[in-house]
Amino acid sequence: MKKSDSLWRRLRALDEVSWENPLDAQLTAAATDEPDSELRRRAPLDFAMAEARHEEMREALYTEEQLQVNNLHLWVGRQGKKWLQIAYRITALLFCAVIITFLMTTVVQLPPFGAVENPTNNEVAQRYLEKGLKETGAVNMVAGMILDYRAFDTFGESTVLFVAACSVLLLLKLGEHSPDAPSPAMLEAEWDDRHHEPKNDAILQMAARILVPVILLFGMYVVLAGHLGPGGGFSGGAVMGAGLILYLNAFGFEKTGRFFTYKTFRWVTFIALMTYALLKSYSFFCGANHLESGIPLGTPGAILSSGLILPLNICVGMIVMCTMYAFYTLFRKGGM
Amino acid sequence: MPLIRNFPFFCIMLSMMCGISSAMLPGKIARKLTVVLAAVVACLNTTVLVHLMKAGESYHFLMGHFPAPWGNEIRIGPLEALLCTMFSIVLMLSALGGMYRLKRQVDPKKENIVCVMLDLVLAGTLSMLYTNDLFTGYVFIEIMTLASCALIMCRQNGRTMVSAMRYMIMSLLGSGMTLMAIMLTYTLTGHLLIENIHEAVAALYASGDYRTPLTVTIGLFFVGLGIKSALFPFHTWLADAYGYSTPAASAVLSSIVSKAYILLLLKIFVRMIGMDVVRGLHLNDLFFAFGVIAMVMGSLSAMHSHDLRRMVAYSSVAQIGYIYAGMGMGIEAGLVAAIYHMMIHSAAKSSLFISSSELADASTGSKRFSDLRGAGKRSPLAGVCFTVSAMSLVGVPVLGGFISKLIFSEAAFEYGGIHMWVMLLALAVSTVLNVLYLMKTVITLYRPARDGFECVVEKPDTAGICAMVGFVVLNVLLGVLAQPVLTVIRNGLQLFV
Repeated sequence: MKKSDSLWRRLRALDEVSWENPLDAQLTAAATDEPDSELRRRAPLDFAMAEARHEEMREALYTEEQLQVNNLHLWVGRQGKKWLQIAYRITALLFCAVIITFLMTTVVQLPPFGAVENPTNNEVAQRYLEKGLKETGAVNMVAGMILDYRAFDTFGESTVLFVAACSVLLLLKLGEHSPDAPSPAMLEAEWDDRHHEPKNDAILQMAARILVPVILLFGMYVVLAGHLGPGGGFSGGAVMGAGLILYLNAFGFEKTGRFFTYKTFRWVTFIALMTYALLKSYSFFCGANHLESGIPLGTPGAILSSGLILPLNICVGMIVMCTMYAFYTLFRKGGM
Repeated sequence: MPLIRNFPFFCIMLSMMCGISSAMLPGKIARKLTVVLAAVVACLNTTVLVHLMKAGESYHFLMGHFPAPWGNEIRIGPLEALLCTMFSIVLMLSALGGMYRLKRQVDPKKENIVCVMLDLVLAGTLSMLYTNDLFTGYVFIEIMTLASCALIMCRQNGRTMVSAMRYMIMSLLGSGMTLMAIMLTYTLTGHLLIENIHEAVAALYASGDYRTPLTVTIGLFFVGLGIKSALFPFHTWLADAYGYSTPAASAVLSSIVSKAYILLLLKIFVRMIGMDVVRGLHLNDLFFAFGVIAMVMGSLSAMHSHDLRRMVAYSSVAQIGYIYAGMGMGIEAGLVAAIYHMMIHSAAKSSLFISSSELADASTGSKRFSDLRGAGKRSPLAGVCFTVSAMSLVGVPVLGGFISKLIFSEAAFEYGGIHMWVMLLALAVSTVLNVLYLMKTVITLYRPARDGFECVVEKPDTAGICAMVGFVVLNVLLGVLAQPVLTVIRNGLQLFV
C-alpha cells in the first residue's frame, strides 16, 4: 500500500513538471513558427543552448517517466489485479446479500400460504370451481382453465415450444450439400454418434421392447383423458416424447427413421399448431362478437365431451412430443 | 361489434399463423411473406387507428366466450394502434433492407427459420401492446426472448454465438425477475387482469399494508424489463448483440423488441400500478436518475467505439435513456415526449443499421472509420439515408429528433424544480455528444477516400433501395407531421390511463 502510494505521488509530481515547464511552451511556440522567426533571429545562440538543454531535460524526464510507467504496469498486473478481483468479489457478495435480504423480507411479509382470507381466494377462483364444469364441460378443472378460459395464453405457450425447437434447429441442424450427399460435418457427426453411443445393447433393447409400447400407450391415455382426470397435452406429450427417445436409444436412427423423420417432425408440428390456431381463432371470433359457436359440450365425463378441449389437448401433446424428440436428436447428431 | 374492431385480433392471429407456416415454406417465399404480413398489419392497424380517433374511445376484445377476469382479453386504444402501425412499418422496411444480406449471411436452408422469428417478433410486439392481462404479457416476453436470441445467432460466426449467449443469460435474468414480480403481484392482489390489479393496488397503497412487498414488486418489474430493454447499467449485452448480427436483426432488435419491453413497462406503471402510487413511493425518481445517467453514458460509450455498427448500437443506450427520463418525470407531458421519442428512435435507429451495413459493403465490408471515408459518395443513397437519420437523432429542425428534444424540455419546464435543471443539462450534454459522434461519422462518409483505397461497389438491390427511400420518407414524415402524431399520442394517453 505504502509503496503504491509513493508511486502515485511521484507520478503526479512528474505530471506537474512536464506540464508546467515554461521553457517547453516557449520552445513549442518557436519551433512551430517559420525558421527565421523573431526569437531565432534575435538570439540564435541562446536558442541553440536552450534547445539542447531542453532536449536533455526531456530525455531525462522521458526515461524517468518510462520507468515509472513500467512499474505501474507491473503493479497493476500483479497487485492491482488481485485487489481489483477481491474488491469485485466483495462488491458482488454484498450486492447479492442486499438483494437476498430484500427478497427474504418481501417473502416473509407476504400473506400466509393457504389462508382463507388471502387475496387470491376471490371471485376468479370461485367461478372456475363452481361454474367450470357447466361452462367448459371438462371434469379436470385445470384443463378447462388452460384450454378454454385462458386458451390464448396456452396458444402462446405452445408457440414458445415451437420457437424453441426452431431456434435449436437454426443452431444445430446440419445441412446437406445436395439432396443425396451428406456434408463433411454430417459425416463427422454420424461417426461421432456411432463411436460414442451404445449399439445393439441387448438389455436395453429387451427393456425397450417391453416398455416403449406401454409408455406410448400411457402417454396417449394421458393426452386423450386430459379433460377427464389429471393429465393433458403437456404431460402426455412429455411421456410420449420420452418413449420415442428410449426407442431411439435402444434401436438407433435407422429403426426410428422408418416412422419418424425430420419431415414427419415438421409436418406434425405444423399441422398441430395450425389446427390449434384455426380452431381457437374461430372460437375467439365467435366469443368476441357474441355469436353461438355451435360447438357441443357433450355430457361431462364422456370421452367425447367438453368441446374443443380434446382436440386442443391432442395438438398440444403432438407439439410437446415432437419438440422433445427434436431437441434430443438435434443435440445428439444435428439431425434425425 | 363492427368488423373493424376485430382487426387487432386478426393481426395477432395472422402473424402467429404466418410464423408457423414460414417453417414449412422455402426461404424465398417466407421472406416475401414476412414483408407482405408487416404491410398488411400496418394497413389494418391504420384503419383501426382512424376508426378509434373518430370514435374517441378505447374498447375491450374478449379472446373467447368468457368475460375478463376469467378469460383472456385484449384492450385496444388509439395509442396502441398508432405504435403497432409504426412498428409494423419499421419491421417491413427492415426486412426489405436486410433481405439481400440475409441471403448472403444465413444458410439458405435456414432462411425461412429467420422469417419465422421475424413474424413471431411482430406477433409478440402486437400482443404485448394490446394485452390487458399480465400473464399474456409474460408469455409473449418468452416468445420475444427466444426469437431475438435466434435472430442474433442466425448469422453463425463466433462473435454472434458469444453475443447470443450473453444476450440469452442477461435476457433470462430479466424474464426471471419479471416473472417473480408477476407472482408477487398475484399473491398481493389475487388478479392478473390489469384493471383489477390497479384497483387492488390503489386500495393496498391507501391502507398502507404490504408496503415493502409492493415496493419490491415494482422494483423487480423495473429492473427485469430494464435489463431486457438495455437501460444503462444493464446494457452490457447490447453492443455485441446489435453490432455483429445480420442488419435486419439488429434493426428489428433495437427499434422494435426493446421498445415493446419499454411499452409493457409503461403499461404496468401507468395502467396497472398507477402513476400516483409510483410518485408516492418516489420510484419515478429512480427511472429519472437511470435515464439521465444513460443519456450521457451511452453517448460517451458511442464516442469511444471504433466500429460503425457498435457506435450505432451504443447510441441506442443514450436514446433509451431519453425515454426512461421522460417516463421518470411522471407527468403527462413527459410520457408524451417519451412515447414520441420511442417512435423517432425506432425509425432512425433501424435506418441507421440498414444504411450503415450498406456503407460498410461499399468499403470492402470494413466497419472502421478510416476505411469508411468517402463511402457516402460510393453509395449515395445509403449516405443520404444515414445522414438524414443521424440528423434526426441529433435534433436538426424539421426532423423528428428536434421536436422530441423540444417537448422533452417543455416537459422539464412544466415539472420544474431540480429535475428541470438536471434534465435540461443532460439534454444539452447529450445533444453535444450526439453531434460529436454522429456528425463526425457523417463528415467521414463524405471525406475523400484514403490514398490507394479501392473498392468495387455493387449496385444495391431493388428491395434495399425501396427500404432506404422508405426510411428517409418515414424519418422526414415523423418530423413534418409531428403535430398530428402528438395529438394522437395525447388523446391515446388520456384513454390509456
